[in-house]
Amino acid sequence: MTAIAPAIAQRSEVSVARRERLRALVRSKTFVVGVLIVGWWVFWAVVGSSLTPHDPLDQTSSVLARPFGHYWLGTDTLGRDVLSRVLAGATGVLKVAPLATVLGIAGGTVIGLVTGYFRGIVDDSISRLIDAVLALPLIVIAVTAIVALGTSLGTLIVVIGVVFMPIVSRTVRAAVLAERDLDYVQAAKLRGEHAPYVMFVEILPNIVAPIVVEATVRLGYAIFTVAGLTFLGFGLQPPAPDWGLQIAENYALLAGGSYWWTVLFPGLAIATLVIGVNLIADGLQQVLDR
Amino acid sequence: MGRFLLKRFGLAIVTLVLLSIIAFAAAQLLPGNVGRNVLGGFATQQSVDLFNHQHGVYGPVYSQYGRWIGHLLHGNLGTSLEYNVPVSGLIGPALRNSFKLALLAFILCIPVSIVGGVIAALRQGRPTDRIITVSGLSLTAVPEFVTAIVLIVVFGVALKWLPVTAQAPPGSSVFVQVKYLLLPALALTMVLFGYIARMARAGTIEALDADYTRTAVLKGLSKRTVLRKHVLRNALLPTIAVVATQVGYLIGGLIVIEKLFNYPGIGLRIYTAAQNKDFTMLETGVLIVGIVYLVATLIADLLYSLLNPRIRYGAAE
Repeated sequence: MTAIAPAIAQRSEVSVARRERLRALVRSKTFVVGVLIVGWWVFWAVVGSSLTPHDPLDQTSSVLARPFGHYWLGTDTLGRDVLSRVLAGATGVLKVAPLATVLGIAGGTVIGLVTGYFRGIVDDSISRLIDAVLALPLIVIAVTAIVALGTSLGTLIVVIGVVFMPIVSRTVRAAVLAERDLDYVQAAKLRGEHAPYVMFVEILPNIVAPIVVEATVRLGYAIFTVAGLTFLGFGLQPPAPDWGLQIAENYALLAGGSYWWTVLFPGLAIATLVIGVNLIADGLQQVLDR
Repeated sequence: MGRFLLKRFGLAIVTLVLLSIIAFAAAQLLPGNVGRNVLGGFATQQSVDLFNHQHGVYGPVYSQYGRWIGHLLHGNLGTSLEYNVPVSGLIGPALRNSFKLALLAFILCIPVSIVGGVIAALRQGRPTDRIITVSGLSLTAVPEFVTAIVLIVVFGVALKWLPVTAQAPPGSSVFVQVKYLLLPALALTMVLFGYIARMARAGTIEALDADYTRTAVLKGLSKRTVLRKHVLRNALLPTIAVVATQVGYLIGGLIVIEKLFNYPGIGLRIYTAAQNKDFTMLETGVLIVGIVYLVATLIADLLYSLLNPRIRYGAAE
């Protein structure tokens, strides 16, 4: 009985701290606005074309109709409704970017734990390799890899995820370095626990906060990169309603001096989504880093 | 200082070697036989073999790598598989074009973002600070081509102030060239603005709280002198480092922006090389991008250590 009481007290302390953090998040304006924006796009990603005013793939005879008429955001060169295509376009990005982020976070966490925990030559050589990879812009690596491996959503997810791993591992490694000399880690080692146990059961739960922040930041970058790659033609293929693709298909019309609605609205969709994710990341950072 | 330099150069060379291996490996991943890809399905096996031999694509992978590096060290970048002319002849002008664009972007961006960051720091917590911080954060998050589209719609289509293509007619004056490059450079700048302003803001806030600033105020120096001689000098140090690391992001942005504006720079070269499986061009392009980034970070580190004696002495211990 006496042994259980402190354990219960400790647990309730943890849950109080958690509730407090949650309350701080709800009070954070940046976080709430971010959640509302991202929630809107997640909603459209889930319902897809079933709720859009028109079928996003339906071609009509009213080609390049101006916005604010019968078609709220106008139509494109094939007479397809821009509003429906923009709303349905959330699906592709919101499938690829989160999966790539999860892959990058998982791999990066393992690499970061190992390099931070063992240090020495493993750490040194992996750090050098990471430096070399980071000397190349993400989009250069992605373009090269996708051309080599072929264009598919799977490749897109794997390539972005793998490139994220070293970047995530840096953050995780720094967090592990701050923890590895603390008493609870020493105690676990003295108990004779194996290295994987110490890394994943002892250290990992204590560095969740920086990993969560890193994950939201990465998600923003993933959307950024997916949009760029589909714009370059390495993502979803026509006639899929995808924002990057819509811009790629229609931006040549801009040179003529009109027909701006076919590119501006998908562009604004990308902009609001990444800004929303970044607002969430910023809100989380402010609350969790305290 | 000598030892610091030596160590820094050594690390840069190790990174460079690794980078060359990555660039080479990436090109190796391209599917299919090189000669067969270029010459097509109807070429005889003999001519395919001859082509591969001429382009150094024979034997085990490590000896191919060795030959490639050997040629590189002699200044021979190889022959473009797509155009069948030396890569250097294509990369050179492309680099010059990209350099012009990047330079204009930096000239536009650095003063504005540093001033923005310092103003935000001086008005910390007030509406001005929130506006600068949030708009910087948002601009950084939005992909360059999206910013570019918005800029084109506003300044090119609606207001008709600026041309919507990037390349000035051949033989135009510097002024006209700048006018054509303004839209793509602005699009690149928006992404950098947030980063640099954020660093300048953080650095200034830290310097404002520092003991030496309090001492300077207490000994009766004017607000201006404190700001100029004590706060800004210390605040802008980390900003310099950030500016250099952004060179990498800038090059990444160049691919998309150059494609959007159809501007013949290094980004467009890498993009077309990747699309056409022109692997000599691709590996050279990737390597050059990496080298530009390495040199930029090296310069940043040196500048940083020149301005900050603590790093110099710390490394020499």
